[in-house]
Amino acid sequence: MQQLQLLGKNTLALISGLGRAVIVLLSAILHRPDFRKGTPLLMQQLYNVGFLSLVIIVVSGGFIGMVLALQGYTILVGYGAEASLGPMVALALLRELGPVVSALLFAGRAGSALTAEIGLMKATEQLSSLEMMAVDPLRRVIAPRFWAGFISLPLLAAIFSMVGILGAHLVGVDWLGVDSGTFWSVMQSQVDFNKDILNGIIKSVVFAFVVTWIAVYKGYDCEPTSEGISRATTSTVVQSSLLILALDFILTALMFAV
Amino acid sequence: MISNEKSANSASLVDINNLTFKRGERVIYNNISLSIPKGKITAIMGPSGIGKTTLLRLIGGQIRPESGQILFAGNDIPQLSRKELYKVRKRMSMLFQSGALFTELSVYDNIAFPIREHTKLPEAIIEKIVLMKLEAVGLRGARDLQPNELSGGMARRVALARAIALDPELILYDEPFAGQDPISMGVIVRLIRSLSDALGLTSVVVSHDVPEVMSIADYIYIIAEQKIIGQGTPEQIQQDKSPLVKQFVQGEADGPVPFHFAAPHYQNELIKNSPVLGSALNSMSSSALSNRGQI
Ligand SMILES: Nc1ncnc2c1ncn2[C@@H]1O[C@H](COP(=O)(O)OP(=O)(O)O)[C@@H](O)[C@H]1O
Ligand SMILES: [Mg+2]
Repeated sequence: MQQLQLLGKNTLALISGLGRAVIVLLSAILHRPDFRKGTPLLMQQLYNVGFLSLVIIVVSGGFIGMVLALQGYTILVGYGAEASLGPMVALALLRELGPVVSALLFAGRAGSALTAEIGLMKATEQLSSLEMMAVDPLRRVIAPRFWAGFISLPLLAAIFSMVGILGAHLVGVDWLGVDSGTFWSVMQSQVDFNKDILNGIIKSVVFAFVVTWIAVYKGYDCEPTSEGISRATTSTVVQSSLLILALDFILTALMFAV
Repeated sequence: MISNEKSANSASLVDINNLTFKRGERVIYNNISLSIPKGKITAIMGPSGIGKTTLLRLIGGQIRPESGQILFAGNDIPQLSRKELYKVRKRMSMLFQSGALFTELSVYDNIAFPIREHTKLPEAIIEKIVLMKLEAVGLRGARDLQPNELSGGMARRVALARAIALDPELILYDEPFAGQDPISMGVIVRLIRSLSDALGLTSVVVSHDVPEVMSIADYIYIIAEQKIIGQGTPEQIQQDKSPLVKQFVQGEADGPVPFHFAAPHYQNELIKNSPVLGSALNSMSSSALSNRGQI
């Protein structure tokens, strides 16, 4: 009985949280854009959210590409199929690892920072202060951060995949001795634009939307205390990571299963 | 009494009528009414956690009451549409307890922020206004500092400069004296007074610092137990016979409002779990012990 009550309570909390998240997002982004004021704000956030995540994306992409090439080579060489190293690595990166791993990294690097920043602005009454100055914090603070995350992540995922392929080339071709021409030409013939590249982009756009939405909402909705901010930050990372993985499964099933 | 209230209403900027506000189940205000006279300094006093900040947020329209009217210059704040509310807010400003300066902007840009946001003035004029406001709070030299380089008192003064940047009709001060050193305190007291005297600004000062409020306010409301327990000029408040008001104004721990939250007997509780401590405590005089308890 008690568990049933708890279940009911949690379900209600989930639904009302979802409702608030929808309202926050819609009131932030549904209005006539003001390019004169909005552009510099968006630029600032593209730098904070996107550019500052570049290092971790490039380094991780490089290492993952290198590991993929190493692992792939040892398996493929057993069948004399090391010529397929290029497409194997490229497909793994473009379809799965690029969008998913960069989204996970982005949630940890930029998502948590967004939540903490907005939460701190709330706790120090900066958001209330904007409201009292007749400036809507949803448009002024939330909207540019949301758009910046939404734009940045797909670009970061593309960079991740590119650097990953270069890393695989470094290990596969320069170290293990796969022929460079084979590496590239087989990759080109095997990778399909619609099926592989476009689907990867769609995935990363979906992840960008979800991760950034969670991050800005958690910050805006957090309890304005130090504990509240730290709880919100943790929950941004946990919830976005789980949602990324679950959505990845669903999207993969829709895109590649048939 | 009735004629008094009528005359107050005709010259008032904010009128609160039969306001009730709850946080969840908890009643913060139960059917209170008060009015803020134009061009005067009105203080709202009461112990911490009684809902003083909440009252300022209600006046600013950040939260909505359960029932009742909050009239600002004739506009009923809770009934306004978003657009109308934002328009009305341009005529008031609020000095937050923490200052609430924008951490990523310099002192100069913080003060310029509301001007840039709501006017199309050229930068040369904005600079003049900002420097004028900074001069008024004595911090013209701090224009290029970042908020994290300011002391608490300086931050409060910069926030005050920002609050008056657009020459509002009403300023809401949330605990302007809390945590200030004596010099900053003096500066802020003088500033609030001179803004009211020279510019005819209407001020609402929310505070629990009795001496400062007594020295600065034209009219005082004392809030406790969800309603107004006393009101009047500082002189009238000083002479108020009500035990609640007396206890608050004179800062007595004991009175109608108990100092101690309901608890088991102090000495017994200390002794209960520690026989060693118990014997040590027993050797102390009980008066010394209860003195420590107060600290
Ligand atoms: N956002 C909130 N949610 C729930 N309760 C709140 C919130 N803000 C304030 N309260 C509660 O309302 C009461 C009044 O708060 P407040 O107006 O800040 O008091 P004061 O300013 O007089 O110290 C406090 O007991 C506080 O715990
Ligand atoms: Mg307060």
